[in-house]
Order: sequence, then structure tokens, then C-alpha cells
Amino acid sequence: MTGFLLRRLGGAVFVLLSLSVFLYLVFYVAPGNVAQIACGPRCSPAQVAQVHEQLRLGDPLWLQYAHFVQGIFAGRDYSSGVGVLHCNAPCLGVSYQSDQQVTQLILNKLPVTGSLVIGAFALWLLLGVGTGVLSVWRRGRPTERVLTWLTLAGTATPVFVIGLLLIIVFCSTLQWLPFPTYVPFGENPEQWAWNLLLAWVSLAAIESAKYARLTRSSMLETLAEDHVRTFRAYGVSERALVGRHALRGAVAPVIALSALDFGSMFGGAVLTESLFGLPGLGRELVEAVKVVDLPVVVGMVLVTGFFVVLANAVADLLYAVADRRVVLS
Amino acid sequence: MSEALLAQEVGTAPAAVPASGARQFWRRLRAQRSAVVAASVVAFLVLVALAAPLLTALEGQDPNTFHPSLVDSAAGGVPLGSFGGISAEHWLGVEPQTGRDLFARIVYGARVSLGVAVFATLLQVFLGVVIGLAAGLGNRAVDQVLSRITDVNVAMPLMVIALALLAVVPPEFPRPVLIALVVGLINWAGTSKIVRAQTLALKSLDYVSAARLSGWGKWKIAHREMLPSLAAPVITYAALLVPQNITVEAALSFLGVGIKPPTPSWGQMLTDADVWYQAAPSYLLIPAALLFVTVLALTVLGEGVRTALDPRSQSRLGGVRRGLLSRRKGGAQ
Repeated sequence: MTGFLLRRLGGAVFVLLSLSVFLYLVFYVAPGNVAQIACGPRCSPAQVAQVHEQLRLGDPLWLQYAHFVQGIFAGRDYSSGVGVLHCNAPCLGVSYQSDQQVTQLILNKLPVTGSLVIGAFALWLLLGVGTGVLSVWRRGRPTERVLTWLTLAGTATPVFVIGLLLIIVFCSTLQWLPFPTYVPFGENPEQWAWNLLLAWVSLAAIESAKYARLTRSSMLETLAEDHVRTFRAYGVSERALVGRHALRGAVAPVIALSALDFGSMFGGAVLTESLFGLPGLGRELVEAVKVVDLPVVVGMVLVTGFFVVLANAVADLLYAVADRRVVLS
Repeated sequence: MSEALLAQEVGTAPAAVPASGARQFWRRLRAQRSAVVAASVVAFLVLVALAAPLLTALEGQDPNTFHPSLVDSAAGGVPLGSFGGISAEHWLGVEPQTGRDLFARIVYGARVSLGVAVFATLLQVFLGVVIGLAAGLGNRAVDQVLSRITDVNVAMPLMVIALALLAVVPPEFPRPVLIALVVGLINWAGTSKIVRAQTLALKSLDYVSAARLSGWGKWKIAHREMLPSLAAPVITYAALLVPQNITVEAALSFLGVGIKPPTPSWGQMLTDADVWYQAAPSYLLIPAALLFVTVLALTVLGEGVRTALDPRSQSRLGGVRRGLLSRRKGGAQ
């Protein structure tokens, strides 16, 4: 186990470093005119030259990258023309637009994304696993057909389509809910939940389809196994077979998929956040992309990559913990 | 994605399924009603996309001409006439504000949607197969390097990187090609992991050993003995990738960083339609419904392909049912 963890940790560090090199090359080197981008389209050549100086773009590439990595692990200083701006580790750079530190920016947005993901996660797990179990329990009956097609429809609907329709129906036509605006949990928990409700439902509706399918196929697989046949021969009831023994087979894959989704969702709920006006990480990224705010873009992608790598490792670990037949290697 | 989950998705344990003939595949596919319906829908959409210039010529419109006379400029650009201005000249009505023909934009949008998705999938499959095969067949060092590269690819969040990349590439670069390239280059890891696992499993099988013992080279074995066995899981996985890629393109265009006007795209129409849903609901509902139908048909077809390629599998749609768990709940196995 310790060996596995150490190897995974080493692998994760390697992956993230490679990702940072890739991102650095693509975003800071390939565009060529970084000083112009940083300064904005209306800058005079003199101003651009000044920015070029400040960002130390004249340094050799490897040195620039080394400074970037140094910032992440030890912090770094930026000369801002008038004084020196210190950026604490983990420093991902300073926004060209707002002069805010990217790390701070990300930390500020994290609670919003967290609110969205955690609420939706609870909902989709319940909905997905519930649907899966029900469709196995009622297999061969009309209920199963209906559930299977509902699940399929869920997989086929893009989250922004369902979200758009929900907003139109519930906020505009029926006016049962306010047009979503984000209210922090600490300010007013009730308003927080009401405003997030539609976003949770849209995300959960799409995601739960995946879980329903996974639950169903894992359970069917387990039901076909010999030990289940033995149980059945001993007279174990169908309810116990499905609810206890077959469900056990679905636990490991569902947990593993949850970890993966949870990780990628933290950086990737771009669509839901944009649609529901939630000022989280995803929306921040879209805004940064539109104005080509490179440090924010690179910082966000790196942080998302970090979450994905973490989630992958956790998924493998949990899979092995939940299913003793799996050997970690 | 973790290997175990990938295997779930593809539905085949590595190397368990011998390559079956094309004729058998068609027979099994045709036996599933849902797959046949889905295939027909997909074929229809592909035809529409291919025949876009023909269809618009038939209608007598083109996707980019503005018709200011067909919208009520006093009311902010709402299409004149009922149901968003549907008429004999404009089969699906016109776009609010600009008055561009909606039917023409929809059929040209189908080209973009399907074209981008198919091209991206081909790229993903090509990269995945080449890298996965090389990792599975190569020596330890090659496998290590390629597997680490695959890990890095897994760590690239698709939407996030695609968004970021689309921002820095100069606008002169043709957007549909760019999106397909970006999606293809960021998201091949799933295919390569499947192919690598399958290749490793195949390596130890008798007929591969026999080929090796009779002096065949690595690449001849890969080409002649392994590729046919890889076809089933790869096709299955690819069939699932196409609808996924359609959604990704629509999503990027929806966010305003994908396909740029005047090129029509369903996702981009949805963004524009967002503010018009009350005045011109058809402008929102038509692309939304088409997106839904296209992705649904492709997904159902993908399921059908999976069932047809893996004889042991249960159809997850309930079409063909064989094996132990069919029909009667609790019946004797």
C-alpha cells in the first residue's frame, strides 16, 4: 500500500510538471507577443517594451519557466514599475487584467464551485444509484424500459440545454424560482439553496444517467456470478439478492467514478456555472479566456489538472479498498 | 479514467472477444430494433449535412443573407409572422434580428456538428490506437514513456484546455478544423488505454505466440494478428466518442469560443436564442431538439454496435436479450 501511494505520488508530480511545461509552452511561448497581450491592445510600443522588461520576457525560456515553477513552490517577486510585488507560494502568477494574484483569485472562487458540485453530487448519487437499483429490481418489466430510456435521454442531453429549459420554465414562465444569482452560504443558507437548486438539478440530471448505467451493469454482472446462484439456491429472497448482494458489486465502480467526477467537476463545471451565472472557477476561466488573461488561464488549467490527477489516484485507491479483489500496482 | 471503469464502458474484458466477421456483426446489429431506428436517423442527418447546398437551393435560400424586411425592427427584431416567421419561403422561419433563414442555418449547422465530431473522433482513435499499440508491444522503456504521456493526457481537462487553447490561436485559423484538432489531441487517452490493455492481454494468447515462433516481426504481428482483435473494443469506444464530441463542440460554441459567426453551429444558435425564447421560441427549440435527437441517435447506435460486437453482453436497451438474466426475474438460471 505504501509503495503504491509513493509511486502514485511520484507519478502525479511528474504528470503535473509535464502539464505545466506543456501549458507554459502553449500559452507563454507560442503566442509570441506576450507583452502585447499582457499590456492590452491599446498600449503604445513604449508601454509594451516596459511590460516586456517587467515580465522578464528577455530571459532565456528555461529561466522564465524556472521562475514560473519557483513561484509555485517558493513564491516570487514581480517588479510592477513602482515597487516590488511579492507573490507567496503557491504563486501562479498575477492577472494581467486585475493585477490580482491568481492563487487568491482561485481561492475566492472555490466556495462557489464547491457549493455547486457538492449539492449536485449528493443529488446525482442518490438519483443515479436509485435508478440503477430500481431498474435491476424491475428488470424485464415496463419500469425497466422506461428507466433505461430516461437514462439514455439524460446521457444525450447537453447540460446547457436542460439548464436553459429549466430556467425558462421555472424562472420565467411559472416564476416559481428567482433567476439564479449566487448568495454565499454564510450570508443566507436558505437563499443559497434556492438559488442553486436549478443548477444542482440540471447537473444531477445529466450526471445521474451515467451512474444509473454503471450501477445497473455492475449489478447485473454480479447477479450472473456463481455465488449469487448459490444464494438463490439456498432460498435467499430476490429482494436480498438485489438489495444486498448485487448492490455490493456496484459499490466499488460507483465510488471510483464519483471520485473521478468530483475531481474533474471542480475545474470543469464551466457550462453550468456560465449558464446559471455562478461566479465560480469555470465562469472565471471563460471570462479570462475571452480577454486572454494568460496567467489566470494557465493557473486555472493547472489547478484543474491537479484536481483530476488527485481524483484519479483517489479513485484507484478507493476502488481497491472497496473491492478486495483488486491488487494495487 | 481508471482501467476498471473503462472496461465497464467498453463492456469487454480484454481479449475475451474473438474478432467476428463483418457479416455476423451486421446480422446482430439488424436484430436490434432500436439500433436500426437510430442508424436510420443518423443516416438521415448525415445525408442532410452532405446535401446542405442542395437542400438550401431547393428552398431558395442561403444561410448568410440578411432579411431585415422579415423582422419587426420596432419590436427589437422579432420575426414577423407566426412560429418565428415560418412560410413557404422560409421553412423553419427566420433568425430574430438578422432575418437569416433558419432552415439553411440548421442544415449547414449539421455539417459543422457532424463534421467536427467525426474528424475529432478519427483523430482520437488514430492516436489512441497507434500509441496504445506501441505501448503494448514495445519494450519496458517505450511502455513507460508512452504510459506517462497517456497519464498527462488524462490529466488534461477537456473543456478547460479546449477553452484556453481556442483563446490563443489566431482567429484566422478555420474554427471547425481547430476544434476537431484540439478535441482529438486532448482526448485520446481513453482509446490508448483500452488498446494497450487489450494488446498486453493478446500478447500471451496462443495464436500470437505461434505467429512469433514462426518468425514474424512485431509489426507484422501487430498488423495481421492484433488489429483485427482490437477492432471490437475500439469501434465500441469510438461509437461512444462521436456523440460526446458533438456535445463538446456545441458546448464550446455555446460558450462563445467555438464556431464563430457567420459559420452556423447549433450550440452557437442556442446562445443567441437564450434571449429570444419568449418572442421566438422556435429559434431555441429547433437547435435544442436537433442536438438532443442527434446525440440520442448516436448513443443508441453506439449501444447497438457494442451489443453486436460483444455477443456475451446484455443489450442495455433491452432489444436483444439472451443469457442468464433474461426476462423472468428470479427464475431459475
